[in-house]
Amino acid sequence: MSETENKTENGSMESAGECTAGDTKDDKGLGLGVIFFIVAFVVCFLSGTLLFPKLLYSKKEQPFNFDHALHVSEAGDCESCHSLREDGSFLGIPKLATCLDCHAEDPMGETEDEAVFVEEYVSKEKEIPWYVYSRQPDCVFFSHAAHTEANGMDCVTCHGHIGESTSLKPYEENKITGYSRDIWGKNIFGIKKHSWDRMKMDDCAACHKKETGHKGYCFQCHK
Amino acid sequence: MKQENNKAHKFGMVIDLDKCTGCGSCMVSCMSENNVPFKEDESNKKDSITWMRVYKLTNGKSFPDTEIVYLPRPCQHCGGKGDHGHSPCISVCPATATDYGYDTGIVSQIYTRCFGCRYCMGACPYHARYFNWWDPKWPEGMEKYLSPNVSPRMRGVVEKCSFCYHRYQAARDTAYYEGRDDIEEHEYQTACTTACPAGAIVFGDLNNPFHKVHQIVKPDPHPDTRNKHVIGKSRNPKVFRLLERLGTNPKIYYLSEREWVRKQGDNYLDGEWDEIKNHHGSSSHG
Repeated sequence: MSETENKTENGSMESAGECTAGDTKDDKGLGLGVIFFIVAFVVCFLSGTLLFPKLLYSKKEQPFNFDHALHVSEAGDCESCHSLREDGSFLGIPKLATCLDCHAEDPMGETEDEAVFVEEYVSKEKEIPWYVYSRQPDCVFFSHAAHTEANGMDCVTCHGHIGESTSLKPYEENKITGYSRDIWGKNIFGIKKHSWDRMKMDDCAACHKKETGHKGYCFQCHK
Repeated sequence: MKQENNKAHKFGMVIDLDKCTGCGSCMVSCMSENNVPFKEDESNKKDSITWMRVYKLTNGKSFPDTEIVYLPRPCQHCGGKGDHGHSPCISVCPATATDYGYDTGIVSQIYTRCFGCRYCMGACPYHARYFNWWDPKWPEGMEKYLSPNVSPRMRGVVEKCSFCYHRYQAARDTAYYEGRDDIEEHEYQTACTTACPAGAIVFGDLNNPFHKVHQIVKPDPHPDTRNKHVIGKSRNPKVFRLLERLGTNPKIYYLSEREWVRKQGDNYLDGEWDEIKNHHGSSSHG
C-alpha cells in the first residue's frame, strides 16, 4: 500500500473515532490528553523561565567585593571615581592609580576584600580585572558627556541605585552573545519596571524619542 | 536636545587634484584609523578594502603632452535627488543598515545591522562600498593597535567611509564637557585630511560660510537650472563633482585648474562637454 493511501485510511479512521465520541472510553482518553497537555505546558514553561536563563548565562564572581555605599560616603559622589576626562570622554571604571589616590600600601579597613585588593593588586601593581555590568556591545557609542553634562541627567536613571549597594552581584554573561545580562535585563521576558532595568537599543531609542522627539540617526549611537 | 536646535551641518570635502601627488597617505591613514583589514594579496581588488581609494587619470596624450592626475575617492556621502537624504545606497537597503544623518549629512553604515545582501554596492555609482568576504585577520599582536573608537567588521557585511564619524563624536564630547553648543572647524577633521602632506584635502561644514570648504566650493543654495535634482552645485568654475548630473548630490567636490581633469567627472557624449563646461551654479537666477 502506498503512503498516501495509508494516510487516507488513518484519516478516515480518526474521523470515524470522532463520530463515536460519546463513548465513555474515548472521554477518558480526552481527559488524559488534557492532563498531559497541562503537565507538558508546566514543564516547558518552568524549564523555559527557570532553567533556560541558567543555561544561557554563565556566572562569574568579581575579583573581590566592592562596597559602593562605603566609598560614596567616604569619597563623595559617583564622579569622584567615575569621572569624565578633560576631553569629555568617560573614564569608566577607574584604574588602580585612582584607587591609590586614597589607598596606600597598608589596608585602610579590616575587610577580607581589602586584604585581597592590597595583596593581589596594589603590591603587585596589577590592574583589577573587573567585569563591567553595563558594558555595551562594541558597535555602540555612548557619550556620557552628552547625557550628564549637556542634558543634566543623573547616573541613577540608567545605572540604578548601585551607589547604595554594599556588595557586588555576580556578573552574568550571555553565553551566545558574550554581553552582560544587564543589557537584556534580569527579567527573562524583558519586562521593565525601572528605567535602569534594561539597556537595549530599544530602551535608548524610546527615551530619545520621548526627550528629543526623535529616535536619532544610526550614527548618533553607533560607531 | 540642544544641538538639534542649531542649523544642521553638512559635512563635505573638497580635494584639490592639482595638489594631490598620488602618494597614498590618505589611503594608509584611513585604513589604520578605521581598522580596515588588509589582505594577504592587496592587489586582488575583488577582495581588498579601501574606504579611500586613489585613482589614476590620464589625458591620454602621448609624450611630451602626457599628464597624470590622481583622484582620491572616499564615500561621496550623497544627499540623493534634491538633497533630501535618499542616497542611492540608502534607498535600496532592506535592513536599514545605512541611513542619512540629517544633522550632519553623513551616510552611516551599521555593521551589526547589515546582513550582506550588497544591494548598496550595486546601487552606489562610485564603487565606494566594500564587502567583507572574510573575517579580518591581523598579524599577532597587531590587534592591540586597533582603534577602540571604530568597531571592526566581520565576514559578510558591507563597509565604507564614515567621514571618521568617531572623530565627530569625540569632538562633540569635548564640546559638551566645555559647555559649548557646537564644535570648531579644526576639532573635527577626517584622518585623510590631516594625513595629506600636500594639503590637497579640505574638510568642513558646507553649510557654514566661515569654513574653508564652503569658501572654496561656494555651493549654490538653489537647485541647478539645468537639473532641479542637483543641489549645491559649485559656483567656483574650477570645482566639479563626480557624475554630478545624476542628481546624487555628493559632498565630495574636486578642484582642478585643468579642463581635461574636470571633464573626467563624467562620461560625456560628443559635444556635451562644451555645453556643460561653462555651466556653473549661481544663486542669482536659481
